[in-house]
Amino acid sequence: MRNPSEESTQTVTPAEPSSSHRKPSAKERAWEENTLRPTLEKNPERQAEFTTVSAFPIQRLYTPADLSEWDPDRDLGYPGEPPYTRGIHSTMHRGRLWTMRQFAGFGAAEDTNQRFRYLLSQGQTGLSTAFDLPTLMGYDSDHPLSEGEVGKCGVAISSLADMEVLFDKIPLANVTTSMTINSPAAVIWAMYLAVAEKQGADWKKISGTLQNDILKEYIAQKEYIYPPEPSMRLVIDTFEFGVKNTPKFNTISISGYHIREAGSTAIQELAFTLRDGLEYVEWGMRRGLELDEFVPQLSFFFNAHNDFFEEIAKYRAARRIWHKAMVERYKSQNPRSWALRFHTQTAGCSLTAQQPYNNVVRTAIQALAAVLGGTQSLHTNSLDEAWALPTEFAATIALRTQQIIAHETGVTNTVDALGGSYFVETLTNEVERGAWDYIEKIDALGGMVAAIERGYPQREISEASYRYQVAVDEKEKIIVGVNDFVTQEKPLDTLQIDETVAHRQAERLSKLRSERSNDEVTRRLGALRKAAKGTENLMPYIFDAVKSYATLGEICDAMREVFGTYEEIAIT
Amino acid sequence: MPEKKIRVLIAKPGLDGHDRGAKIIARALRDAGMEVIYTGLRQTPEMIASAAVQEDVDVIGLSILSGAHNTLCPQLMSLLHEKGMDDVTVVLGGIIPEADIPALKKAGIAGIFLPGTSTQDIVEFIHKRIAH
Repeated sequence: MRNPSEESTQTVTPAEPSSSHRKPSAKERAWEENTLRPTLEKNPERQAEFTTVSAFPIQRLYTPADLSEWDPDRDLGYPGEPPYTRGIHSTMHRGRLWTMRQFAGFGAAEDTNQRFRYLLSQGQTGLSTAFDLPTLMGYDSDHPLSEGEVGKCGVAISSLADMEVLFDKIPLANVTTSMTINSPAAVIWAMYLAVAEKQGADWKKISGTLQNDILKEYIAQKEYIYPPEPSMRLVIDTFEFGVKNTPKFNTISISGYHIREAGSTAIQELAFTLRDGLEYVEWGMRRGLELDEFVPQLSFFFNAHNDFFEEIAKYRAARRIWHKAMVERYKSQNPRSWALRFHTQTAGCSLTAQQPYNNVVRTAIQALAAVLGGTQSLHTNSLDEAWALPTEFAATIALRTQQIIAHETGVTNTVDALGGSYFVETLTNEVERGAWDYIEKIDALGGMVAAIERGYPQREISEASYRYQVAVDEKEKIIVGVNDFVTQEKPLDTLQIDETVAHRQAERLSKLRSERSNDEVTRRLGALRKAAKGTENLMPYIFDAVKSYATLGEICDAMREVFGTYEEIAIT
Repeated sequence: MPEKKIRVLIAKPGLDGHDRGAKIIARALRDAGMEVIYTGLRQTPEMIASAAVQEDVDVIGLSILSGAHNTLCPQLMSLLHEKGMDDVTVVLGGIIPEADIPALKKAGIAGIFLPGTSTQDIVEFIHKRIAH
C-alpha cells in the first residue's frame, strides 16, 4: 500500500454556481436595475457571500434563467417513474407514511428489549438496533479490549443467547428490524435469522435491514476488522445468501450518514455513498450474481443536516444519479434496481451539548427536510444525544417530532412539494453535477477500494471537516448556544450505563461456555476457518457456528486468523 | 537558537473509531506551531504511555467519545506515573459528563474540553500550561 501523503491532494472543483452561464430575461434585468440596485446601494446585504453549511455558494434569487437547460419531463418526471427526482412511489407519503424507526440499544440485551417494547407501544413502526463497541469490533463482552465499553454505545451482544433475549416477545415475522452492524454483520445477521427460525418466522417473509456497509467504515466510521478484500467477500456472501433465502431483507444499507458525521460536505456524502453503491454492484457482478436480482435488495442511508434546501436537493439528486448509473452503466432492466430507497437520520454532529433543548428544534427541521426529500424511513435524534444515549423521555419527544410532521404539518398531503422551485431544481442540478465529478474522479482512481487505500475520500473529508471547524472558530458559521447566543445552564439528567452490565455479560458468557457443547463449537469453527481459506460462501458456516452458540468473538477470531486485520494509515 | 517546539501526542484510546475531533485537534495544534504525533486508532493505555516515553512529549491529548473515559484515563495516568512521566500534561476531549470531571481531574487530567470548545482555547491552555 502506498503512503497516502504521496498522493495528490487535488480536490474536485465544486460545481459552478448557475449564475456563471445564466441569461436573465428583460424583466429580470429591469428588476435588477430598478429595484435591486437602489436597495443594495442603500442597504448592503449582511454578508458578501451566502453559503450552505457545506460552504456551497447560494445566489440571491433563482429564476427561470437558472433552468434554461432544464427539461421537466426529462429531469423531473413523475413520482414513481424515472428519473425518480420526485420520489420512488407515485403517491409517496399520501399512500404510506415513512417508517418511524428510532435507533436504540444500550446495556445488556434485556435492557434494550425493554426499550424496544416501549417504543413499539408508543407507535413506532420499525426497530433499529444499536450495538456497543465491542460487538461492532467483533469482541466478546469479556475480552480485555472491551473493558469500559460494554453496553455503553449500544447493546452488548456476544452470542445467540443474547440475541434471543434481545428479541424476546417481539415477533420477527411482524416487525421490520434494522441492525447497525458492519464488520461482523454476517455473524449478527446469522444470529437474527436463527432467532427468527426459532420463533417459526418464515425467512422468505421477514424484512429488515442490515447495515453491512464496510466501505464507509474505512472511509469514515473506522469500525473495521479485516482488510478490504475479505471484508468485501463477506458483504457479497450476504448478498448472495439474501437473494436465495431472504428476498424481503435489505442486505445492505449503503451509508452516507457516517461520512457526513465525519465532517464531509453534502456533495461528498452523496458522491462517496453512491460510489460505494456502485462498488458493491461491481463486486456482486464479479461474483456472478445477477444484477437485477441483488440490486433491489440494496438500500441507502443518508444524513439530514441543518441546511434545509441543500439536504432536500441531495435526496432528489441521489435518486436521479442512481437511476442513471443503473440504466446507463449497468444496463439494468429491472425498475426495482433503479429506484433508490433510503433511510434518513438527523445529524448527530449538529446537536449541541450547550442548551440541549434547542436540539429538538434542529431535529424537527432536519426531519422535515428528509420528509420533503422523500425518505422511506427516518430516525430523529433525541435532544440529549450530544451527552449520552437518550433517556426514555428524550427518545419519546424525538418520536413525537416525526408524528407531528406526519399528522399535523400537512407536508404529506402532496408529493414532492418543492418540485419546480427554481431554487430547489437548480440546487438539485448543482449537487448532482458535483457528485458526478467526484464519482468520475474515483472511477479514475480505479474504484472505491483503490481510492480508500490511497486515502482519497478520507483526505477530502478531513479537509472539509477542518475548514468547517475554522469557520466555526472564526464565527463565519454561527452555532446557536455554542459560538453565539451563549448562556449558562444546568446539566441535563442523562442515561448512565454502569459497569454492572459488563459483569452480567461476563457471567453470562462463562455460563454459556460451560453449558454448550464445546466439541461442537470447535468443529464448526474449524469448518468456518477452512471455508474462509477457500472461496465458498461463508454464510452457511457462520450460521452453523452461531447455532452451536459459538460467540461473536470466537467466530470473528476464526476469520481474523485467516483474513488478518486492517490497520489504516492515519491521515491528519 | 529557535525556541523548542511543544511536542504533543494525540491519542485515541478505546474501541471507538470516530476520529473527527482527534484529527481536527492534531491539525489545529500543528497550525499553532506544535510538533504533533497522532497515534491512530484503538490504542491501549499501555501503547499510549510507551509512545509518550518514546516520543518524549510534553503533552498527551486524548479523545474519547464512547463513555470509556472513567476506565481508560486512570489506567493511563498510573502507567505514566510508573514510567516517571508525571510531568507530562494530559488533556482530554470528548463526551465527558460533568459528574465525571472531578474524579478525572483528581486522577491527574489537567484539562477537560467538552463539545463546542474552540481549538483556540485548547491551544491557549497548552501554551499557558507548558510555559509554567
